[in-house]
Amino acid sequence: MMRPTQGVNRRRILAGGAAGLAALGMPTILRAAEKTLKVGVYGGFFKDSFDKHIFPEFTKATGIAVESIAEPTGEAWLVQLSQAARAGVAPADVSMMSQTALLKGEAGDLWAPLDLGQMKNTANLVERFVNKYPDGRVAGIGAVSWYITLVTNTKAFPEAPTSWAALWDPANKDKLGLLALVSNSFLLEVTAATFFGGTKALDDEAGQLKAFEKLAEVKPNVKLWYRDEAQFEQALKSGEIPMGQYYHDVTGLAAADGHPVRSTFPKEGGILDSGSWAVSRASKALDEAHVFINYMCQPEIQALMSRKVGTSPTVRRDLLDLTDAEFAAVSSDIPPIVPRYDLYLSRADWLNQKWTEMIVG
Amino acid sequence: MTAARPQRLRDYAPLVFPALMLTVFFVVPFGIMVAISFFRRVQGAFYEPDFVFDNYARFLSAFFGQVLGFSLVLAALVALVAVTIAFPFTFLLARLSRRWQVVWLVALLSIVSLSEVIVGFAWSTLFSRTAGVTNILVALGLMSEPMSLSPSFGALLTGLSYHAFPYTVLVLYPALARLDPTLMEAARTLGASPPRAFVTVVVPALRNTILATMIMVFVFALGSYLLPQLLGRPSNWTLSVLITDQAIYQSNLPFAAAMAVFLVLVSLALVGLSLLVGRKEAAQ
Repeated sequence: MMRPTQGVNRRRILAGGAAGLAALGMPTILRAAEKTLKVGVYGGFFKDSFDKHIFPEFTKATGIAVESIAEPTGEAWLVQLSQAARAGVAPADVSMMSQTALLKGEAGDLWAPLDLGQMKNTANLVERFVNKYPDGRVAGIGAVSWYITLVTNTKAFPEAPTSWAALWDPANKDKLGLLALVSNSFLLEVTAATFFGGTKALDDEAGQLKAFEKLAEVKPNVKLWYRDEAQFEQALKSGEIPMGQYYHDVTGLAAADGHPVRSTFPKEGGILDSGSWAVSRASKALDEAHVFINYMCQPEIQALMSRKVGTSPTVRRDLLDLTDAEFAAVSSDIPPIVPRYDLYLSRADWLNQKWTEMIVG
Repeated sequence: MTAARPQRLRDYAPLVFPALMLTVFFVVPFGIMVAISFFRRVQGAFYEPDFVFDNYARFLSAFFGQVLGFSLVLAALVALVAVTIAFPFTFLLARLSRRWQVVWLVALLSIVSLSEVIVGFAWSTLFSRTAGVTNILVALGLMSEPMSLSPSFGALLTGLSYHAFPYTVLVLYPALARLDPTLMEAARTLGASPPRAFVTVVVPALRNTILATMIMVFVFALGSYLLPQLLGRPSNWTLSVLITDQAIYQSNLPFAAAMAVFLVLVSLALVGLSLLVGRKEAAQ
């Protein structure tokens, strides 16, 4: 999951500006709190939004002050946390971690096991958002999620496509923009879900090779394999590259701004990526961390984040007071394609090598 | 130019600061990189100190050989294009009045101040179907409909050459400004046309400058990793792009370091080779 680590882009600047404006209307909360919790969130857009909309409310409700810490890009944060934990120090008590980073942390027994009994609101969560160690201990709790969907330029495609299979359509030669990395495009999962009956087809090497083979057929249709979000977004808006995969929420914002773009949840489902809360085993604020995570799992807070931060809720929809339009702006009822994060752990180098050879060769 | 040879230890004092900087900011980081390139990659985690050759072994494959070969050819082409355009340009520039020289040099310096990102985005817009230069050709009736020229090898070569051009001019400028004007005059007196005098007198006289400039542009282009992503297709990605992928996205620092060490060694070898060839020619 690369998204929150992709440096400054137009989306962050826009969203940060909007968050800044909203904050002007809120009274500053200065309150002497006896307890402090250090919370690590992705720097930039996420941290700004949380600082403005979420953390002050939490302090008001619980009396626990939050010291938010901007996590660095890549997996550097995981390295820092694990090295600090070996020395018995926690640079942050709770951190928002990508799914792959969470699994890597599990491998090193980095996360303090969490007690669901102390966090009643976790019962609200969709089951996949409770991350467990192989032995069943709870390692992390879903914090936020977002969708990558099939996006099109409405002028070039008057009819919205209905399936990911549109990527393979020979009529779309040289028209697609796709993410450039195996570990952030999740196109193997898309291929498996579209043609091989689901991501279980990727269980073994034969299945993975079959997916690669099928995916290679997309190459003639791809004009741009992008790492930079802004480059594709601009090309999508202008119609230069009229189809591709992109973030559902940003595409919605662009459409609301009057750009001729649309985001479609294909019938096979959008790609659902997410971040989880996890607590360093060196943290001395485990109780406060439980209070914090419990607070974040409330339907009201999840709805607040959907409205203010644009994330998709991690709790069940029937518990939310989001209107249909608000829900559709961040999510969908179509079952999602959930990335096979386990593969990016156990077969990371092999997948990366095959992928690079496929798109470069 | 002759200078007194340093006699005493104290005469070397001005070198201490640059030598220290070079050590702290180049030798030490490079040493760390070489060390990491022998560390053991732990998949699903990071790396552990060790002394293994796995990272180099993975690099020694037809696939990476091809990418390395492409990067070298691309860098050499950029050097050729940039110097071919910049040399006559700088020759003419050096013969303009002082005032116009300053204007041109300021303009070139302002291009240097642009980041690679801006250069890349500007060229991808210029080469686009919706807003690019082909629209002008359509308006002039030379083309039937606008087309997209990017991403492509041509777009990448153009972008890189454009980015290298001001540096090339700035490196060539001192030599061309100092060039003895009587050389050209003598050639003209002996009956050579100006283009012929330029090709047969000026270019050979500055052979070593040209070679040195080409090496500089070559190394400059070899390190480029942003423009290939913005203007090129995956088959146009340089080794630097793959190094970035490994270091930042795959957390595979040992492999990234091994590739970087290999790239440095190969380019050093090529630079050494061309210097050797240049010296031999000069001796003949």
